[in-house]
Amino acid sequence: MSVEVKVPEIRVPRSLREQPTSSRTGKSPGDPIQEEQSPVRRFLLSRGNSALADRCFRWLMVLCAYSIFAIVGLIAWRLMVSSQLTWHEFGVGFFWKSFINPETHRPLYWDPVNGFFSAIPFIYGTLVSSFLALLIAVPLGVGLAIFLTEMCPRALRGSLAFLTELLAAIPSIVYGLWAFFVLVPLLREHVNPLLVSLLGWTGFFENDNPTGLGFLAGGVILAIMILPIISSLTREVMMAVPHSQREAVLALGATRWEMIRVGVLRNARIGIVGGIILGLGRALGETMAVTMVIGDAPEIHKSLLANGNSMASVIASEFSEAVSDMHRSALIEIGLALFLVTIVVNACAQLLVWAVTRGAPAQAR
Amino acid sequence: MASKQSLRARWRAWTDAGVTVLAILATLTVVAPLAAIFGYLIYKGASSLNLAFFTQIPKPEGESGGGMANAIVGSGVLLALASAIGIPIGIGGGIFLAEFGRGTKLANAVRFTADVLNGVPSIVMGLAVYSLVVSTHSRFIPFSGHFSAFSGGVALGIMMIPTVCRTTEEMLLMVPNAVREAALGLGLPNWRSVLSITVKTASPGIITGCMLAFARVAGETAPLIFTAFGNAFMNSNLNEPIEALPLQIWVFAISPYDDQHRLAWAGALVLIVLIVLAVSLVRYVTGRGVLKGAS
Repeated sequence: MSVEVKVPEIRVPRSLREQPTSSRTGKSPGDPIQEEQSPVRRFLLSRGNSALADRCFRWLMVLCAYSIFAIVGLIAWRLMVSSQLTWHEFGVGFFWKSFINPETHRPLYWDPVNGFFSAIPFIYGTLVSSFLALLIAVPLGVGLAIFLTEMCPRALRGSLAFLTELLAAIPSIVYGLWAFFVLVPLLREHVNPLLVSLLGWTGFFENDNPTGLGFLAGGVILAIMILPIISSLTREVMMAVPHSQREAVLALGATRWEMIRVGVLRNARIGIVGGIILGLGRALGETMAVTMVIGDAPEIHKSLLANGNSMASVIASEFSEAVSDMHRSALIEIGLALFLVTIVVNACAQLLVWAVTRGAPAQAR
Repeated sequence: MASKQSLRARWRAWTDAGVTVLAILATLTVVAPLAAIFGYLIYKGASSLNLAFFTQIPKPEGESGGGMANAIVGSGVLLALASAIGIPIGIGGGIFLAEFGRGTKLANAVRFTADVLNGVPSIVMGLAVYSLVVSTHSRFIPFSGHFSAFSGGVALGIMMIPTVCRTTEEMLLMVPNAVREAALGLGLPNWRSVLSITVKTASPGIITGCMLAFARVAGETAPLIFTAFGNAFMNSNLNEPIEALPLQIWVFAISPYDDQHRLAWAGALVLIVLIVLAVSLVRYVTGRGVLKGAS
């Protein structure tokens, strides 16, 4: 509102300048009042004609804003241009075709030496590790958010929120380092044997990988990494739920959990889903930590303890060693797919979160 | 009837208690890895941190000793270049969103695109910059055609833009309108009022936003693998490959030598100390309500 009020005010000095100069030279050159005012007025007028500067400044800022569109366009354009080679060679089949090795009679997906490329094992790896991460992180993240908003003593709240913020600030490579030297040995020695003996019959846990690397390790480290996103967004939308909702449910005689379930979670569910999708977007694109623990093998296994590879991590581990143009182009096409998928996922999440946090204050009033 | 009611009441009380316990357990499970990561980092990193780490370049594989001086200098060069690219454009975009485009469709589109760009994986950013700067030789792009510190700085700089832009906007929106009106009422041109009054009032918040973006890209490895590429020797030339702290940590972590693992832990500790300092400073500044004092 007030922005529009301001704009005419800027023009005022300019119109002032024309009036007094004409009056000073034309009508009353020797008027004492005019002479007395003129130093003040001259000072004000010496600020100069701002119309041009204002317009330049405005356009500069608009240019900065447009550059964000330009960056997204540039990324998409360059990735498309650089992946032309694979696109012409394999077409859409790049994302689903496989190839039976004539010697071993086992499916072969990715063979840079003989020039056969297919993205399915990496799509599979990305989906499995992200799904595992969500499976672990969603209950923990929502639980943490519930604790922080509804149950936590006031003294603890600030420091706990700060700790989870820190968890978000740790770089991917440090998570990778920790996972590689601490988490993987832990899984190998204690967790994996337990899973094999308890859940081996499901076929998801097979004891054929002595390294401890694999989908499960990737999923666990991803879960730790996306937890802060999920919990902080959940916390945000839960805090946006108006207090009157909680009070109303409590007034009906609900226990605290019933109040949280009916009064808070049900109101915040769209935002929570948005937060989960945002976490998914992060998990899909997470590179370094996953690269270090997922085992780096272009294969598809039902067992979660087997080695695999994800879309982001195959790019990180193979791109700088790729020698053929086709290999590089195939990796860039995987990157393009990852770019499009994360854009769609993030856009959905963004819309959901906006719908909740923008709408909530209006409800409160 | 009465017993049924009391049974139901007891069931409700038990569920309530159970959920409370579950929420506390979830909190502990979240805090545990954090404590484990920090504890291990300090335990492993502090024991291998010494003066040589900051002054020497890495020794050949298998030899003990050496440091990461080249990586520290390299990270400094890359981050300076990234800040020079990302911060002005980001702040400019933020000023547009908060001062000129409030409520317009263009501003909403920019805001949305910035949020989406924020979620684009860093490895994809690396690929795009590789394709734009490293793999094509163009007269219009400086230092193009090969791996260079410049390309790494560009990749990191682009990643800073959306974060800086959105925090700048948020901070500018906190500046009360009366301040703007007062500036314009004194006859200041609009550009001057934005730069010297509004932006200056919000500057503590804008600086914290820049530091957050800085801390985020300081730890990025993925976009540097095929842009800055890494360099075993000291380099500050923008035209040549350059080492960076996270990149060096990665290379050393996956190497088979214990001495290099030791250096990787020390490097990770240095990186995390820098980032934690930045984040705590940000929290201190925003928490103390430096901005609130302006209104």
